Amino acid sequence: MNNPPDISQDPAEHEEYAHGVHQHVMRYVMVGVTLLVFTALTVALSYVNFGTAKANIVVAMLVATFKAGLVAAIFMHLAAEKRLIYRVLIFTAFFVLGLFFLTYLAWYNPIVR
Amino acid sequence: MEIPYTISTRPDTGLWNAKVGIWLFLASEVMLFGGLFSAYIFLRLDALPGEWPHGLLNVPVGAMNTAILIISSVTVVLAWAALKMRRYRAYWWYMLVTILCGIIFLVVKLTYEWPQKFEHYGAKLKPEALAKYEKYLGNERRTEKGLEPRVEITGHLENHEALADPNIKEFEIGLDPVYVEPNNPANDRPHFFYVPPTDHVAKIDKEDVERNTSFGPWHNQYFATYFTITGLHGLHVLGGVLVFTYMWLPVSKKVYQRNPEHLANRVEVSGLFWHFVDLIWIFVFPLFYLL
Amino acid sequence: MDASTSAAAHHESHEHHGEHEHHELGWWRKYVFSTDHKVIGIWYGVCGLLFLFFGFSLMMMMRFQLAYPGHAMPVIGGVLSKIFGPGTMDGGKMAPEFYNSLGAMHGTIMIFLGVVPVAFAAFGNFVVPLQIGAPDMTFPKVNAASFWAFFVGAAVMVASFFVPGGAAKSGWTSYTPLADIADKGPHYHLIWNGQTMWILGFIFLITSSLLGAVNFITTIIQLRAKGLTWMRLPFFVWTQFVTAFLLLLAFPPLEAALVMQFMDRVAGTSFFLPTGLVVNGAAVHISGGGSPLLWQHLFWFLGHPEVYVLILPAFGIVAEIIANNSRKPLWGYKSLVFSVLVIGFLSFIVWAHHMWLTGMGSTVSAFFQTTTLLISIPSVIVLSAFFISLWGGSIRFTVPMLWATAFLPMFGIGGLTGIPLAFNSADLYLHDTYYVIAHFHYIVAPGTIFGLFAGVYYWYPKATGRMMNEFWSKVHFWPSLICMNVIFLPMFLQGMLGMHRRWYDGGQGWTIGNEHVWGLSGFQWNTPISWAAWTMGLAQIPFIINFFWSIKHGKKVDDNPWEATTLEWTAPNRPPHGNFVITPVAYRGPYEYSLPGREKDFTMQNEPVEETERTRRRPEPETVLA
Repeated sequence: MNNPPDISQDPAEHEEYAHGVHQHVMRYVMVGVTLLVFTALTVALSYVNFGTAKANIVVAMLVATFKAGLVAAIFMHLAAEKRLIYRVLIFTAFFVLGLFFLTYLAWYNPIVR
Repeated sequence: MEIPYTISTRPDTGLWNAKVGIWLFLASEVMLFGGLFSAYIFLRLDALPGEWPHGLLNVPVGAMNTAILIISSVTVVLAWAALKMRRYRAYWWYMLVTILCGIIFLVVKLTYEWPQKFEHYGAKLKPEALAKYEKYLGNERRTEKGLEPRVEITGHLENHEALADPNIKEFEIGLDPVYVEPNNPANDRPHFFYVPPTDHVAKIDKEDVERNTSFGPWHNQYFATYFTITGLHGLHVLGGVLVFTYMWLPVSKKVYQRNPEHLANRVEVSGLFWHFVDLIWIFVFPLFYLL
Repeated sequence: MDASTSAAAHHESHEHHGEHEHHELGWWRKYVFSTDHKVIGIWYGVCGLLFLFFGFSLMMMMRFQLAYPGHAMPVIGGVLSKIFGPGTMDGGKMAPEFYNSLGAMHGTIMIFLGVVPVAFAAFGNFVVPLQIGAPDMTFPKVNAASFWAFFVGAAVMVASFFVPGGAAKSGWTSYTPLADIADKGPHYHLIWNGQTMWILGFIFLITSSLLGAVNFITTIIQLRAKGLTWMRLPFFVWTQFVTAFLLLLAFPPLEAALVMQFMDRVAGTSFFLPTGLVVNGAAVHISGGGSPLLWQHLFWFLGHPEVYVLILPAFGIVAEIIANNSRKPLWGYKSLVFSVLVIGFLSFIVWAHHMWLTGMGSTVSAFFQTTTLLISIPSVIVLSAFFISLWGGSIRFTVPMLWATAFLPMFGIGGLTGIPLAFNSADLYLHDTYYVIAHFHYIVAPGTIFGLFAGVYYWYPKATGRMMNEFWSKVHFWPSLICMNVIFLPMFLQGMLGMHRRWYDGGQGWTIGNEHVWGLSGFQWNTPISWAAWTMGLAQIPFIINFFWSIKHGKKVDDNPWEATTLEWTAPNRPPHGNFVITPVAYRGPYEYSLPGREKDFTMQNEPVEETERTRRRPEPETVLA
């Protein structure tokens, strides 16, 4: 039951692929551990005074972005994905940053406050 | 009739259909949460000094939930890898762990974190009354140190009937520790462990209170964004759990027996969604629990 | 999502029988709960056209109030009062709240239940897979889910007319704080009130659009026929591709905003409610600290791309028809494609030009003013390319071509009158006047909707195997064209005189200036406009009858009645499940009309390139995939 019959269309190709997957398993676990460590780090850093609240926000967001980057790159296989998907995501990133930036700009630059 | 490239990849794009589909869907999800986070930024920038509270959520529980989601992200990618190596039994176990993680996350959220907030009350004081309650607020010291002023007094409401009864002139609030020792420097930063309200009851004139409500979404902008974003995130977790359960049930074993690659593709696609939900939480956790 | 789809694909592949599909599927599965893109497309089309007429009817009611404020509506007033219940049309006179409901719902229904379903979902569903030589959409079940989500959303929207207090009445933009506190009078029910139902219905409609957009993009990327490279795609496919991206990325921020407005109304938050809000003379018991501007940002982040969602499919349809009927290749295919891509891109960063009056600083205004003017460049390129395509062609004025040629000047007027609105300083005066109404209706009504009619007449033979009656089509066309202009041209004048767009009495009580244009004051112009609107309503009757009558009695035609070149015309009329008898392969571009040295004046995309041709043209790789 552990290994049901393989009925993939091309066994040779699949064999090679599965081998590659096997090598990845260790990496997935390591990334998971890294993420847990960084979660602890985020919590710890939030109790360190970096001078201003803004500095603390920047630090926490940098750590979060790093963690999110790990999830995206390794778990979501974005480190080696097809060009098409990169294109879609670059567009999306552009628009979402536009949304952030322009609402911020509009907040920052009213006629009167 | 059969749709091409359901399981095999199209040569020029190198992708099968559902993978293109899920990434497009995730792109739209980025915009959805992007809209909510831009609202968070906008509202937080707009908040007056002292009106964006800190340290009201339970950090260890939040951190634990973060860890649970991260672990489930690992197990789901391992489940996928197990399928790729054609180990159905291992897949079954990894998937079960993933589903349980999702359920624990939701249970913690719905039975502990949210209800606890609803029992907490915060009385927002009128600006002119702040000086009167200086002994609870410690604003003189805070102003000296360049910290944001405290504008509300929080804790357990001892006399609920005061909310409705106009004859009762005072709220009796079992104070949160911060307000018992407002000038203790240890209270300048949020505590790591959750400390329940003390027995120290403060009497606050209703006259001086602008609004006294529980920590629901109606309480202030912080809780409004907190409940909305975590609520929507929770719905995503629920969706993921349902999809995973479907793939874990015997129904999907049949798909596996017909073509294991087909089930692997499905798990990969739903796994991508799950990682995305995890990724959102990675930002939600510091934004609401820590900062 | 792919779970169910592929299960279905598997099921079908086991018992493979191409054309004899209908023997196995029951009537309900075949015609109602179908996963076939053509059936879904036709459903979308019929529902969308019905909603267009419904939304138009709401406007015809408003036009009576505008032309004859305070008068009881003759003949149908009593009936309408019975239908919509007390407090709406008591004694045949329109109540102000009901007028507001009609205005808000006219906008919502026309855009989200009418034009988007027809332009994007109906034509996209029916035509795109055929044009790219695909057997169906990539996710047929998701496609069906998309339609049924639309159906539920539409049902909720319509049902909201009949709850106490009536349908949403805060404008189609649902600006806060007005929309947040709307309907909260006596008998207020948390869910069953106009505004909350508007939000819920809208969330279903957004879900529908998102599922559709994911499906369209994946289909266009993954299921193009062999040899159909990107630069061989018909222009219509390109416009649908960009439209799908706009829906995919612009709708979610509005969904976020809708969730927040829902929370404001139901859970007591104050995302969009400012501190110190006073309603009916009493301070509202809310936490405050919210921002009404935030709603406008998130709304217009969708709102502006939405404008291009409305117009791009019409561009595509008109392009197909112009190339087909001028019998020459579409002029500047590549510049058209890139223009549409640039329009799609820029449309995301122009939204705040709807918000000049909200007190934005000069930096932000300058930014949005610049991007807004930039986006007019690709739009002008598109329009110019269409006009140049006509030059030197041997134009056949078939019915679709009549609508398509009418589209050009109408869209031109709409587009050019938008430029003053793009300027902050000019807009300060024109904002919220009838000028704005005239501007965007010229784009959407005689623009987009003419494009849609052109498309209906053009692809009708493919869907039914019969042609619509030409005489009655012209009876539909000419009055529509004339009435459209009689309706909207005077509105520019009204707007420039200063008439506000939301006046319940049509400006009767507004006496300032009251200058006369051609003998009529701003208010008096309402009467001819209204009569033109009602006449246009009558002019749609020939279309409705023609549409249904021709299904059975129209002239039978062969598979390629317009002698067109794109792949949908290689499929049999009323294409079977799976579409093509022979899987098509594309060997050439989409608009090979009047190629020198060929017998026919059109060469279809699936005709292999001949040796004699090869010497005359630049050598091309014959069948590269992608």
